Amino acid sequence: MEGRRYIPIVLLLLAAVGVQLTLSACDAAYYLTQLTMSLYYAIVAVGLSLLMGYAGQVSLGHAGFFAIGGYTAAVLATRNLAVEPGAMARALGAMGLLLQREDLYGQTIVYLSPWVSLAAAILLTSAVACVIGVPVIRLKGHYLAMATLGFGLIVYYTVLGAPGLGEADGFSDVPGFRLAGPLEVNGRSAFRVQNFYIACVLAAGVMALGGNLVRSRMGRALRAVHEGEEAAQSLGIHVARAKFGVFLLSALIAAVAGFFLTHYNGGIGPSEATALKSVRYLAIVAVGGMANLWGTLIMGVGLNFLSLRGAFGSFDDAVFGVILIAVMVLAPEGVFRRLPWPFRRKGGDDAAAA
Amino acid sequence: MPPLLEVRGLNRRFGGLHAVRDLEFDVEEGRIQALIGPNGAGKSTVFNMIAGALSPDGGDILYRGARITGRAAHAVAAMGIARTFQTTRLFPQMTVLENVQVGRHIRSSAGFLAGLFHPPWSWREEREIRRSAMETLEKLGLAALAGTTAGTLSFGQQRLAEFARALAMEPNLLLLDEPAAGLNMHETAALATLLTRIREWGITILIVEHDMSLVMDISDHIVVLNQGAKLREGRPAEIQRDPEVIRIYLGDDHA
Repeated sequence: MEGRRYIPIVLLLLAAVGVQLTLSACDAAYYLTQLTMSLYYAIVAVGLSLLMGYAGQVSLGHAGFFAIGGYTAAVLATRNLAVEPGAMARALGAMGLLLQREDLYGQTIVYLSPWVSLAAAILLTSAVACVIGVPVIRLKGHYLAMATLGFGLIVYYTVLGAPGLGEADGFSDVPGFRLAGPLEVNGRSAFRVQNFYIACVLAAGVMALGGNLVRSRMGRALRAVHEGEEAAQSLGIHVARAKFGVFLLSALIAAVAGFFLTHYNGGIGPSEATALKSVRYLAIVAVGGMANLWGTLIMGVGLNFLSLRGAFGSFDDAVFGVILIAVMVLAPEGVFRRLPWPFRRKGGDDAAAA
Repeated sequence: MPPLLEVRGLNRRFGGLHAVRDLEFDVEEGRIQALIGPNGAGKSTVFNMIAGALSPDGGDILYRGARITGRAAHAVAAMGIARTFQTTRLFPQMTVLENVQVGRHIRSSAGFLAGLFHPPWSWREEREIRRSAMETLEKLGLAALAGTTAGTLSFGQQRLAEFARALAMEPNLLLLDEPAAGLNMHETAALATLLTRIREWGITILIVEHDMSLVMDISDHIVVLNQGAKLREGRPAEIQRDPEVIRIYLGDDHA
């Protein structure tokens, strides 16, 4: 009975297999590259949907969290620790946490294991989320939107201006992220199929966890906070803690997606940190139905795929702005509101688990 | 044993207005106690200070002998003090059942991690939340509306559903802010029956109410406020024939 909630997750993975087999059979496997990237962007939007759709807290800085994850990956994977290794580097080496590769010119580069930098990205994101979230989150209204907008701009101008962060060029030459055995987050064509599956599994994991959360005691508490803070408080819900928890979760999801995509793309640049990117995530959540994780995932993959294929031409960013406005005016409840299970959030808790 | 709730020297000012002044009263366990007074007497201010929605400028509120003065609303709720609102505040997009399930918040514990990973112990808790919420709905005759979106309920049903949500907390003290406001005579009579039933379940009630016949019918004890201070307290029969109380309610001519 309890397992029934995971049926859509299994269907998602089966659909992924179908897509991959079809594309490979049609000799169109190159589409998988954009699908993989779209999945990572969609994961950010799904995390934002938890924050915005369920808890009613707007973030205009999710591209900033994505960039923190991505830049952490890039900085730590491209720093050559073979040059003047400090005591720290030697200690990490002794623990087996350093890896080696050769760069384009045959020079040996010793760098930190991406697992360590993933942990660093998570810690850094958590710290930043605390700095922004803790003072602001207890205030009612749109203070979080303003604070995150400011934060996003700070991240953008920091990565654009700081020499250690690649300035306008950003980073390239970021190596792959070896997960286990032959599994590696890597954008080279030999890794294309497995990376599509890695992204799908990560997306499925986020969908499973997010789906669990929204049906849980905390998920109901978040919706309660959204629909009436005072009433939620009167029932014993620690409103500030609930809001901060989902803000942190949402930020971490964005950072992890940024981390993976940077290893996949082999680099990252300041364009990933722009306010326009944050608006894009927001537009996807809105068009996906706000409090609708599946709608957000589908729209996130679909729209990002079209964007990456160049379907919107030079109007790329404008299209997402138009989408956001159109949804707000024409269908404030989202486009997926009328679709049948499993896409629709059911009104009555989860009949499936009963 | 100390009274369930003690109000000691409570004061609250809003700018130049001294809304509550040196107020003292007790709420004994097992009672229905009413707080009455003309408009502007400070009833709602007192009510909000007890519920933690407003902090007092001076004085103390004790619950089971322990100070709860100035505690946040969620902390007051977690101690077993439930409240309803003057205008009902259900979560409109959630179903009636979900609303009442949120009422189980303080009686359950699954946090973010348990929510995300859904471990087996949380299945049991989730089933228990659901079972107990349904039980509360049945007690109030709302079981048939469990799956209805709360925002679509009639006014009377919304009020009842808000009661269900508060009762799901298994409170020791239930604070009711004008529960009869906007109800017709039938609904008010049903409310009176419900309140006496709630008292039988062992829940103490502190009620702020304008409907005098309801207050006189069901209360065990009444505190009368006037201009922020206590004017009288006593049993309904005493309050009803008190010349001071009659004077502030009806004007000098009737004294």
